[in-house]
Amino acid sequence: MSSRTSEVGPRRTADNPGGDLVVAGVSKRFGGVPALNDISLTIEPGKVHALIGENGAGKSTLGKIISGVLQPDEGTLTFGGEPLTMRSPREGLGHGVVTIAQELAIVPGLTVAENVYLGSQIATAGFVRRREMRRQFRELAHHVGFDLSPDVRAGNLSTADMQKVEIMRALSRNAAVVVMDEPSAALSGRESAALHEIIRSLARRGSAVILISHFLSEVLSLSDTITTLRDGRLVRTVEAAGATEDSLIEGMLGRSLSSVFPDKSIAETPAETVLEVDHLCAPGVTDCSFVLRRGEILGIAGLVGAGRSELARAIFRDAKVTGGKVRLGGSELGGHSPHRSINRGLALIPESRKAMGLMMSRSVKENVSLSRLSLVSRLGWIAPIRERRTVSRLMDKTTVKAAGMGQSVSMLSGGNQQKLLFARTLMCSPSVLIADEPTRGVDVGSKRAIYDLLTEMAQEGMGIIVISSELEEVLGLAHRVIVMRHGRIITELSGPDMNEQAVLAAAFAETTTH
Amino acid sequence: MTDLKSESSDLSELDEGALRGPGFTWHRLLGSWRTAGIAIPFAILFITLSISSGPFLHTTNLINILDQQASTLCIAAAGTLVLITGGIDLSVGATYGLATVVAGQIAAHHSPVLAIVAGIGVGLLVGLVNGLIRTIFKINPLITTLAMSFVIGGLALKVSAGNLIVLSPTGGFFKFANAQFLTVPSAVWITLFVIVVLGLLLSRTTFGRYMVASGGNEEAARLAGVRVNLVRVIAFTLSGGAAGLGGVIDISRLLSAQAASGGNTLSFTVLAGIVVGGTSIAGGEGSVWRTGLGVLFIALIGNGIDLLGIDPLYQNIVLGAILLVAVGLDSWARSRRR
Repeated sequence: MSSRTSEVGPRRTADNPGGDLVVAGVSKRFGGVPALNDISLTIEPGKVHALIGENGAGKSTLGKIISGVLQPDEGTLTFGGEPLTMRSPREGLGHGVVTIAQELAIVPGLTVAENVYLGSQIATAGFVRRREMRRQFRELAHHVGFDLSPDVRAGNLSTADMQKVEIMRALSRNAAVVVMDEPSAALSGRESAALHEIIRSLARRGSAVILISHFLSEVLSLSDTITTLRDGRLVRTVEAAGATEDSLIEGMLGRSLSSVFPDKSIAETPAETVLEVDHLCAPGVTDCSFVLRRGEILGIAGLVGAGRSELARAIFRDAKVTGGKVRLGGSELGGHSPHRSINRGLALIPESRKAMGLMMSRSVKENVSLSRLSLVSRLGWIAPIRERRTVSRLMDKTTVKAAGMGQSVSMLSGGNQQKLLFARTLMCSPSVLIADEPTRGVDVGSKRAIYDLLTEMAQEGMGIIVISSELEEVLGLAHRVIVMRHGRIITELSGPDMNEQAVLAAAFAETTTH
Repeated sequence: MTDLKSESSDLSELDEGALRGPGFTWHRLLGSWRTAGIAIPFAILFITLSISSGPFLHTTNLINILDQQASTLCIAAAGTLVLITGGIDLSVGATYGLATVVAGQIAAHHSPVLAIVAGIGVGLLVGLVNGLIRTIFKINPLITTLAMSFVIGGLALKVSAGNLIVLSPTGGFFKFANAQFLTVPSAVWITLFVIVVLGLLLSRTTFGRYMVASGGNEEAARLAGVRVNLVRVIAFTLSGGAAGLGGVIDISRLLSAQAASGGNTLSFTVLAGIVVGGTSIAGGEGSVWRTGLGVLFIALIGNGIDLLGIDPLYQNIVLGAILLVAVGLDSWARSRRR
């Protein structure tokens, strides 16, 4: 009952904004990990307020709290002086708060117009009034200058057009507050120019726009106020007029190193090349070239969605490669299957251990030996003692702590699950390892153990690629860093050039298409 | 450096201490739960029937049950593998029907060996096609095999021209399922052989691991180097082959065949046996010998209802209820694990 919009107070609209939206002392935790810590800010009607920060700084979380998708653990939201409690996005809508999310919320089977008016159906007694809906849609489309047909199935649209549908949905509700999470990430240069015009007109009409964006030039040109977040804390809120790209980048970094990394030791003499990526193209990857040497740790930095994981999967031959070559140990790696890549000595530790790495309900033993059962079997028949011995040795080496090798991996901590993937990799004894987010969601102790493992494996001669969203991790581990953006390698940094400032500047740099 | 190292290992040990007790218990409880879930009800039912019905415990009755269930047991044993790899095979009933008429037609005019080989071969072929359609066109296996069951059913009608095929109880073909060894008919021995071989394949071989991995987490298995598509095709082929074998056993046993024999009822009985045996309908979990218990459990209920003179109307109601309990427990167990 309480979710009925009629009971959550007067609905605010752009014409009746009803004052400031005040976020006071908001904190949010995910399973004990703080995502937001004591955030306070004021969002004024008729202004564009940007939220910026590194990956994981808490921008999207804050956006979701403002739109009612998430509830704060502590702190309050008030809107025009009245407390604002929202238990669902629907209640947020009732308050006039609309989100255009990073993940598109489109129902593919419905038409464009139906999607735009989804949740606010133009209906009489439950029957949709199609003609009225189309008429309103055309008015709105004309107003914003989008060229979309109301009757096309939304599932057939391009990503950019889907985003337009979402924007129109927000506009159709005449929202008082619009939260836009990376709205231009999927748009082309011309389309994002159109989007910028819409954002400005939204503000002119009296809506407050919260803009979450990685594009600093976009942020600087559009917003009135800019709030910088770092590690879930608010660094500062400044007027956009007085800010520069450099001052914003400076605000986003500058944290102290929270963990110590093992020594980087690499033979000074150039070691032989173990992996050569030559003009590789694949979905999300454009013309990437680099080399990896024996015993080297190469870091790949970049923002979420820059194409780092896509590059990893393309090298691993798990994606449709549309051009270019990968040479492993001098000879070309072909085929379309991870099976062959592993047999050739290339291993991948995928970014999500639960979805892509482990059989969660199966035992530690089965999960470790899966990739190299041939080592512990003869003619397809598993030798149980040999398997136990091998797995036990690998568990020791990778310091996996489990109640026994028969224990289900779902009972292990995140750190131990991740170390288990390293045990599986060691069993394959590859010449090249790609570790995608090797320490995501693991505790500090396990992090350190994984850093030691990576360093040790490199010292034993493996070539390692580490992909990480934690900049300090990439910088702390890697001998050399390449920075990706929009599926391309923007720059390669090593030696004294390899610092946070340089990596961030490259990661946030605008490409010519924008 | 050294300080940090010892600190990190301390942390990990804390970790382990916290996990060891409850984690291990849960694992054991859940691991044995699937076994206990079928073994205990089976034992209770068996003992109850032994006490309440005189004829039940007679060797003749027990061997009869096994003989009657031989084909279902074979098909369910292989079907378990399909479910474990994350698929489902609803075409086994129709495949069984096709195999009976093919084997019957050939046995009437040609050598018994050819009939047996053709019956099983037809099954393998259907299974192979199922597997290829499933993996190449990425069609949901439920729909694939349901559609295939119509196609195969039609083929079977074509082969038999809609007639009932009747064979004479002489010659080698009859002996295939009816030869006695240690007073037990060969159909039962064949079934035992199939269950043991498939059981070992699942639990002791690399291929078994690949099947479990493919069903447990397809993406992870693929990235770990398992050829998931190949594994699934083989599982479907084995299932089809077992359906063919089941058909050959039954026409040899009963000496009559009809295109419509088997059908969807058999497919559902097989599926019920597998699920009652504790194999997860979501894949990645299951065992062949438990499927055997599951099939026999359902058979015992039917036999008990016959022997105790209970209205046979109740049989399906009881079966449905048991199935719901089995599926419910499976889904509960999976939600606990995630």
